[in-house]
Amino acid sequence: MNIAALFNDRHYRWFAWGAVVLVLLALPFITEAVLGRSWVRIIAVSLLFVMLALGLNIVVGFAGLLDLGYIAFFAVGAYSYALLASPQFAVHWPFLLLLPLGAAIAAVFGILLGAPTLRLRGDYLAIVTLGFGEIIRVFLNNLNRPVNITNGPQGITLIDPLQMGGFSLAQTHSFAGLTFSPVHNYYFVFLVCAALTIALSLRLQNSRIGRAWVAIRDDELAASAMGINTRNVKLLAFAMGATFGGVAGGLFASFQGFISPESFQLIDSIMVLCMVVLGGMGNVAGVALGAVLLTALPEALRYIGPLQQRWFGGVLVDPADLRMLLFGLALVLMMLLRPEGLWPVRRRQAGKGNADAG
Amino acid sequence: MDIFAQQLINGLVLGSIYALVALGYTMVYGILGLINFAHGDITMIGALVALTILQGLAAAGLPAPVLLVIAGGGAMIVCAALGLSIERVAYRPLRRAPRLAPLITAIGVSILLQYSAALVWGKQYIALPKLLEPSAIDIAGAQLTTLQLAIFLLACAIMAALLWFIKTSRMGRAMRATEQNPDVAGLMGVNTNSVIAFTFVLGSAIGAIAGLMIILYYGIGHYFMGFMLGLKAFTAAVLGGIGNVGGAVLGGLLLGVIESLASGYIGDLSGGVLGSNYRDIFAFLVLVLVLVLRPSGLLGQQNGDRA
Amino acid sequence: MPADILLAASGICKHFGGLAALSDVSISVRRGEIFGLIGPNGAGKTTLFNVLTGLTVPDVGKLTFDGRRIEGLKPHAVAGHGIARTFQNIRLFGSMTTLENVMLGRHLRSNTGVLGAVFRTRAAVAEELAITRRARELLDYCGLAARADDLARDLPYGDQRRLEIARALATDPQLLALDEPAAGMNATETAALKALLERIREDGITLLLIEHDMKLVMGLSHSVAVLDYGEKIAEGEPEAVQRNPRVIEAYLGSGFA
Repeated sequence: MNIAALFNDRHYRWFAWGAVVLVLLALPFITEAVLGRSWVRIIAVSLLFVMLALGLNIVVGFAGLLDLGYIAFFAVGAYSYALLASPQFAVHWPFLLLLPLGAAIAAVFGILLGAPTLRLRGDYLAIVTLGFGEIIRVFLNNLNRPVNITNGPQGITLIDPLQMGGFSLAQTHSFAGLTFSPVHNYYFVFLVCAALTIALSLRLQNSRIGRAWVAIRDDELAASAMGINTRNVKLLAFAMGATFGGVAGGLFASFQGFISPESFQLIDSIMVLCMVVLGGMGNVAGVALGAVLLTALPEALRYIGPLQQRWFGGVLVDPADLRMLLFGLALVLMMLLRPEGLWPVRRRQAGKGNADAG
Repeated sequence: MDIFAQQLINGLVLGSIYALVALGYTMVYGILGLINFAHGDITMIGALVALTILQGLAAAGLPAPVLLVIAGGGAMIVCAALGLSIERVAYRPLRRAPRLAPLITAIGVSILLQYSAALVWGKQYIALPKLLEPSAIDIAGAQLTTLQLAIFLLACAIMAALLWFIKTSRMGRAMRATEQNPDVAGLMGVNTNSVIAFTFVLGSAIGAIAGLMIILYYGIGHYFMGFMLGLKAFTAAVLGGIGNVGGAVLGGLLLGVIESLASGYIGDLSGGVLGSNYRDIFAFLVLVLVLVLRPSGLLGQQNGDRA
Repeated sequence: MPADILLAASGICKHFGGLAALSDVSISVRRGEIFGLIGPNGAGKTTLFNVLTGLTVPDVGKLTFDGRRIEGLKPHAVAGHGIARTFQNIRLFGSMTTLENVMLGRHLRSNTGVLGAVFRTRAAVAEELAITRRARELLDYCGLAARADDLARDLPYGDQRRLEIARALATDPQLLALDEPAAGMNATETAALKALLERIREDGITLLLIEHDMKLVMGLSHSVAVLDYGEKIAEGEPEAVQRNPRVIEAYLGSGFA
């Protein structure tokens, strides 16, 4: 039986979704047992990238605005959190305040950076957003003088973990015979956030706003003639995309406990863009899949080092370099073999719920 | 020493190198509508090949001009072959693919080139053996070295030759026709595949010379050097009006001058708050300003429906 | 025929470089009529359409629609005032379905924002339902109901033209501006189109029509204006315009007169 059909079947869908939820709940424990704790961290990080990729998907996938500086919003969210919850300024605001605040600041940046690019199309937009991404990074790197704000290239350390009351995610807890290490704790928080992001993306996609985004992607001029205020709709896409990035950034800062401009380079923007494209632009499930795959792939390629040791009795090629080489190769091959992505948008399910409308 | 004149000279020299690299971007974009993201890295390969040749022959006792011609020639051959194969393998199959697909491929090729270079040359900075003893000429209180003069003149000569070639030669006419409308050009008997391949070869060979110049100018090479260079050259191409060969020249020179002057004066202008470590953002600030005021670049056609 | 003027353009000029696309063109469209705009290729008809719908800003000239000045407004604002249009070179949203294209047309007359969409508020759900219902009605009205779930880019040519009309109608226009709606249609399709346009007018929507099919435009229109080289050379009832010697000379040729 077709798996997709299982999820739509009225009788089996609860069962199917229940199985998915169970697998996701058990995943960190199984992963830890089979592959070790470092892989639990990797899948937790992959969930952060799901959020990031879905945020960029709003801008690139839905609205068709090619943004090559998206990681800047991740950086803005991360630094907003880090500066207000670390010894840097000796303030420690609660995360329930900081995450929305970081999202809001990122959204403002989204609008500020989006506004000058509204008239630009295609490749020009790409290069300007790329420039903005670099500008933000240059500032993060240099805003340690004359007043030390970002601590420059050294970055910010000792960032507060997520905590509520006495419960800190940075501590190990035991529950129902299972050990929840900090990585496990964060995994579950990220899982909830990623699920929310997916739900938000789907709801936006199937809404008046989502239609307007796709319309300006397909034909901006026709969209404006049909009464779409293209300026507002584009800014909204930038702001929404930035919001997702900002929240993910805040979570990232608390998870790592340390951030520096190193984490927010052009290659990271490109990586997120590749997740969107590999998964299939505009397809929420595909993009989420792309994010998980592309986070896991370079990590999996790390094993090449030990394999070389075993096969050749020495490390011929620096595994980090080989990883990047294979990543580049994978991008090229992927585009040559499946240019529309792993999971292209075939046909959006039009008028879901028209059955009741009809 | 006159800071303004000095920065102007430095800017023009640097700008002429930007312009050479920008030509590669703009020619490919003009014909294929593709940002050849890997072009900066092709230049990097050219630079490192030239550097290796110079290192290898340094002990041979050949006169410097002969050495430079060999190094430049070698780099051009390697880069031309590289450009040709990249076009053939990575871009040609994607001509009719969705717009983002070739851009992603180009990013993939860029990463491949960078890390292949890291494998071959390592990740450390590589120094150029001392070849030339450039003497300096005093102009308006500033110093112009013979090396700077040579770079600038050679760059100008290459650009003039290219413009002339595109304007007058048979292949140049085919390039312009393909740029206007590849389908119609094809119908008119232009072999668009070979025109496109030729464009890559030409752009890459010019990039190789730019790479050699960078090596001579800064004296060091690095596997990642193509990244910022490529970015700025692309900025220069957009600034001038991407797809427009004359625009790339103008954009490159302008960008070099603006960057030099701005990084020379930023400390004074901002009362010491901002230092020359902000140098790399000027390119982008200029770009944003120009695009907002004149989205098609300085010499680009005002074409509302582009892209 | 009520005599009040819905749309008045006066003294419109538009130059592209040295080329005068429109010079001192004035037209007035009465409420409830079908107004035909004809002229040879390159006469400036589409430019005038673009000026009327805000896609092109005129160099000089006044536009009054329903008693309000609309020149210089953005296209979406013009649409908001009640002018909807179709395009000569069909411009549908290709990756959306037929139904979604029409639903998009309702954007202007609905207001669910991000929060409503995300939280599926009662108002948002009700509005989405109303949008879908109205869109389906319009598909029915234009004879496209069977195509609702096909991608717009997969529709046959004639259906694409009618889908553009359905999408434009979804914006609740007072004036529907059609740029060569019958182009590329066969005789049967043209006859069906004619019936559809008459029905739209009977439902109270004023029509402004660029068309090359003379039989269609003369048969439908209550008034006709003729453009030639960016100038209006005649305006009036179809019969009078057809007899106008300048028109015959400039455009219709001996075959028609």
